[in-house]
Amino acid sequence: MSFNFTVSPSFPNERISDWYIFNTWLQRSLSLPIHLELYDNFGAQRAAIAAGKVDMIHANPFDASLLVREKGFRAIARPEGPPDEMVVVTAADSPAQGIPDLTPGTRLACTDDPCVNTVGRILLEPANLDTGNTVEHRRDTYIQVAKEILRGEADIGFLPVVAFKSLSSLVRRDLRVLVTSDAQVIQHVFLVGPALHERGDDIARLLLAMHETSKGIAMLEALGATSWQPVQQEDVEFMIDIISTLTQ
Amino acid sequence: MQDMDRAHIAGDAAEHVLTYADGTSRRVYVTSIETPYPHGKLIVSRTNTAGIITQCNQSFVDMSGYAMDELIGQPHSILRHPAMPAAAFRDLWDTVQAGRQWHGYVKNLRKDGGHYWVYAAVVPNIRDGNIAGYTSVRREPSRVNIEASEARYAEMNRP
Repeated sequence: MSFNFTVSPSFPNERISDWYIFNTWLQRSLSLPIHLELYDNFGAQRAAIAAGKVDMIHANPFDASLLVREKGFRAIARPEGPPDEMVVVTAADSPAQGIPDLTPGTRLACTDDPCVNTVGRILLEPANLDTGNTVEHRRDTYIQVAKEILRGEADIGFLPVVAFKSLSSLVRRDLRVLVTSDAQVIQHVFLVGPALHERGDDIARLLLAMHETSKGIAMLEALGATSWQPVQQEDVEFMIDIISTLTQ
Repeated sequence: MQDMDRAHIAGDAAEHVLTYADGTSRRVYVTSIETPYPHGKLIVSRTNTAGIITQCNQSFVDMSGYAMDELIGQPHSILRHPAMPAAAFRDLWDTVQAGRQWHGYVKNLRKDGGHYWVYAAVVPNIRDGNIAGYTSVRREPSRVNIEASEARYAEMNRP
C-alpha cells in the first residue's frame, strides 16, 4: 500500500521537481512507499482531501485548520523562514498610492489560494472594499494575476510575497506594491494523517535533522527553507484560532 | 492595576478614573493624539480565562507603547480607553464566555495617553471541549467605520 503525499499549490512552479526530489528522499529514508501527487489548484487538492486521498501534506495554514480540527491530522514540523505574507499589487502607473485610494468597483485578480485571498480581503477593509463592491477575477496562476494587471484588465492583484519575488524583473518593474501583509503568525505546516500517525515521530525526527547534512541543506534551499522546526499541537491550535478570526 | 504614570504622558492630558467590572479602578491620562494603525499588520494577543495577558506579538507591543514585560501578566484592560462604553466590553465577555466569537471596533489607550483604533475579533480557545483562554486579533479599520463607532460610543456614554 502506498501513502499519498501532497503539497499546497501555493509554491512557485519551478519548485515542482524539487518536491519530487524531496519525496524520493523521504521514501528512501523511511523505507515507505510514498506517492507524491501535486494538484494544479486548491479546489482539486481540497477534493482529494475530502475523498481521503491525502495521508501527508505540506499544508497552507487554512487547509491545516480543516485537516487538524476535522480530519485528525497531526502537525509535526514547519519550515524555518519568514512567515507566509502576501502583497496587494497594482500597475506601476496606477493613480492609487495606497489602499485608501481604491474605490468601489475596483477589479481584483487573484487565484483560488484561500490564505492569500483572506488576508488580501482584510487588507482592503481600510478602503471599505469587500466582495460586494469589488469585481473579482479568478485566475489559475499567479503569473496570470500579474499579467491581468499589466494588460489593464484588473486594477489590483493578490500575490504571495514568494510568488511576487519569483516574477521576472520585467514584470515586477511594471507592478507596484500597495501594501505587504505583516501577520507574523501564519505559516505552512507539515502534517501527517491518521494512516501515518504511527510513523509520525520517525518523520518528525527525519525532517528536524534534515539540515544536518549537505544533501539535506541543498534540498531545503531548493524548497525555500533553511530547516524544519518542531511544532507543538498547541502552536497549530493557536494558529487555527487566529485564522478563525480572519474568516468571520 | 497600577494608575498610569503622568511622567509617561505626551503633552496635555485629561484625567479619568476607570472603574472595571470587578470593582477595581485605575487613574488614566488621555491625550487626543491618535497613532495610525500600521498598514498590513495584525495585532495578536492571548489571555487566560481571567483576561490576563499571557502572550502577544511585536505589533501589540509597538502599538501599546508598553514593553513586552510590562504587558505579560497584566489584565487586558490595561488598554481600556475611557471613551469605550462599559457595555461594549460586557457584550464582548458575554459573547466569548458563551463560546462564540466577538467582533467590534475598539479605541485602545496607549501607555503615553494616546490612542489607536482597531477592528478586533476575540475567539475563545476551545481545548478538549473547555474554554482554555481567549485569542484576540486586531486589524486596520476604515476611517468611515472609526467615525461611526466614535459617534455610537459617545451616544452610549451619554448619561
